[in-house]
Amino acid sequence: MAFEIPQIPLADWCDAALDWATDHFSGVTRAISAVIGTGIETITDTLVSLPPWVVIVAVALLAWRLTTARIALLSAVGFAFLWNVGLWIPTMQSLVLVLVSTAFALMIGVPIGITAALSRRFWRVVGPLLDMMQTMPSFVYLIPAIPFFGLGAVSACFATIVFAMPPTIRLTALGILQTPPELVEAADAFGSSRWQKLFKVQLPLAIPTIMAGINQTIMLALSMVVIAAMIGAGGLGGEVWKAIQRLEAGAGFQAGIAIVVLAIILDRITQHVALRMRVDKKND
Amino acid sequence: MTPNQIPHPNPASEARIRVRGLTKVFGEHPERGLALLAQGKGRAEVLKDTGCVVGLQDVSFDVAPGEILVVMGLSGSGKSTCLRCINRLVTPSAGEVVVDGTDVTRLSEHELLAFRRKHFGMVFQQFALFPHRTILRNVEYGLEIQGVAPTERTERAMTAIEQVGLKGWDQHLPSQLSGGMQQRAGLARALALDPDVLLMDEAFSALDPLIRRDMQQELVALQKRVKKTIVFVSHDLDEAIALGGRIVLMKDGRVVQQGSAADFLGNPADDYVRRFVEHIDVLGVVTAGDAMRAPALVARWDMPAAEALSRLDAAGEPVATVICEEGRFQGTVDATSLRGAGGTVLKLLAADRHAFVAERAPLNTAVVALAGGRGEIAVVGDDGHLRGIITNADLVAALARRHRATPPAGASPAHPVQ
Repeated sequence: MAFEIPQIPLADWCDAALDWATDHFSGVTRAISAVIGTGIETITDTLVSLPPWVVIVAVALLAWRLTTARIALLSAVGFAFLWNVGLWIPTMQSLVLVLVSTAFALMIGVPIGITAALSRRFWRVVGPLLDMMQTMPSFVYLIPAIPFFGLGAVSACFATIVFAMPPTIRLTALGILQTPPELVEAADAFGSSRWQKLFKVQLPLAIPTIMAGINQTIMLALSMVVIAAMIGAGGLGGEVWKAIQRLEAGAGFQAGIAIVVLAIILDRITQHVALRMRVDKKND
Repeated sequence: MTPNQIPHPNPASEARIRVRGLTKVFGEHPERGLALLAQGKGRAEVLKDTGCVVGLQDVSFDVAPGEILVVMGLSGSGKSTCLRCINRLVTPSAGEVVVDGTDVTRLSEHELLAFRRKHFGMVFQQFALFPHRTILRNVEYGLEIQGVAPTERTERAMTAIEQVGLKGWDQHLPSQLSGGMQQRAGLARALALDPDVLLMDEAFSALDPLIRRDMQQELVALQKRVKKTIVFVSHDLDEAIALGGRIVLMKDGRVVQQGSAADFLGNPADDYVRRFVEHIDVLGVVTAGDAMRAPALVARWDMPAAEALSRLDAAGEPVATVICEEGRFQGTVDATSLRGAGGTVLKLLAADRHAFVAERAPLNTAVVALAGGRGEIAVVGDDGHLRGIITNADLVAALARRHRATPPAGASPAHPVQ
């Protein structure tokens, strides 16, 4: 006689929760989807309609302003390469998705990070949630994204935000909590209120750490945007996906290398900005 | 003097800070620790029974307006906790801290912030300057918190920066300044608020010895001008002496003794105090007034030499001290200078007009004068009047006996011999 332990219907529960959420919120989320989708499309269309060399010069100038001439040159050469291999449009699509997702991740993540730093209880709730968000295989986020936002860029954007946000939250909280205790005490001794302490002392000192978090968020966003090609996000990931389906190894590697180039450019620029803020603070 | 007697430096004036029965128990359940303390249990027992650490136990003292009070003790003695209870960076478990008539322990969180802004400036051991702000913006910080308008706060901050000798450095970042300069900036940040009370936590301990001494002297000089009430925490007895104020000596969270350094030397409360002051520079603590004695012979400067000589011979003394009609010190005469001078008045014969020290000066200022002179120097009051003399023998006695703070009998102002 087999003694059977009943199986926990975890999958059913998750389905039930998602169904409930879809029933109640999909109206709202579809509306959001429409707005964001239009936004992403407009930005992408604008970039694509410009001659590529204009975009390349603009990126190089921006990089030069924010970082060094070397990094500016690297960016220009990198983008020129992407243009040359005929991946200009997918590159722009991926870039816009990464930047829009990162912008949302920051708008949501920084305030959550600040709250987590100020409230121990909130941090105890958020901490494990962040661990879960980061260890969950990233594909899983794609599935529920579809009923809420439909196939395409907005679902990709949503999944990317969820996947890429944790480092921003974590490092914002860490940066604030790492404020040297003697500086917190000095702020207290002069009668600073909680908000004065936060905005005049803790946040300014946390900025280099927060920038490190932003750098990580951008890198994670890029990796997620590639995966999101599976739900029709297009871009460089879409090229890889197409190559897989057609078993074209050469095209697959070409798109893969393009992603690496884009990643290097984004990483160098953000890392340098973070570094400069750290150095600024220490010895001008 | 027992720890619980409160010596009031000036009974007529109201204390600016009054600390009474201040107790701090750190731990999960401070009330249990407090209950045990109330039963007369000691620090070790409280730790064993409740896991609570007694940081402060029944600490009481007063700080008069314009006074520098040094709270002294080794690390772990509770001195820093005590300082932080005054502006409630540490919340006391029991007792009261009254600053300008307000019991700080009873303020609400909101009132506390306002009270800190208005009354306290604080200077920290590791400077605690904000690294992302220039010196000017650091010094402005307290004013910014108070909501002072930008132009006014820059003006006040610049005044404070000038006061501490940092003019021209206002646009630099703290990391570009040496330790000594950073602490000047820390001091300026506290002074810019024009607070009633300056709390200084081991403010000079992180500085090099030479710079530390300079800063101590400058603080004393500054204090003469700005007349703040200063509570200065230090582990260094020499620093306490250099600052020249009263000292509250703490050990294991309790006050062991309070008084002047000379009190500690002359009348130590227990062996701990005795050991604490063992290596003290006696000549730097004991004042000339403490060590002086009555002059053997005092003569007015209109006395003829012959008469002075006969008095010297009669008394068997080598030297007589000369004063004017008002009692001001005018020099000394000895038998050699008097012999054969006949009716010449002492005014014309007196030598060593500058061989005197101020009554309140430390004894070490007398050493050089004694070494070069006739074996005695005069001690004068602030008004220039003769108070007594110090001989080589007195100096040796002071060194040998770790001289008591109270002046020896017979050192009252001498009456001139007519």
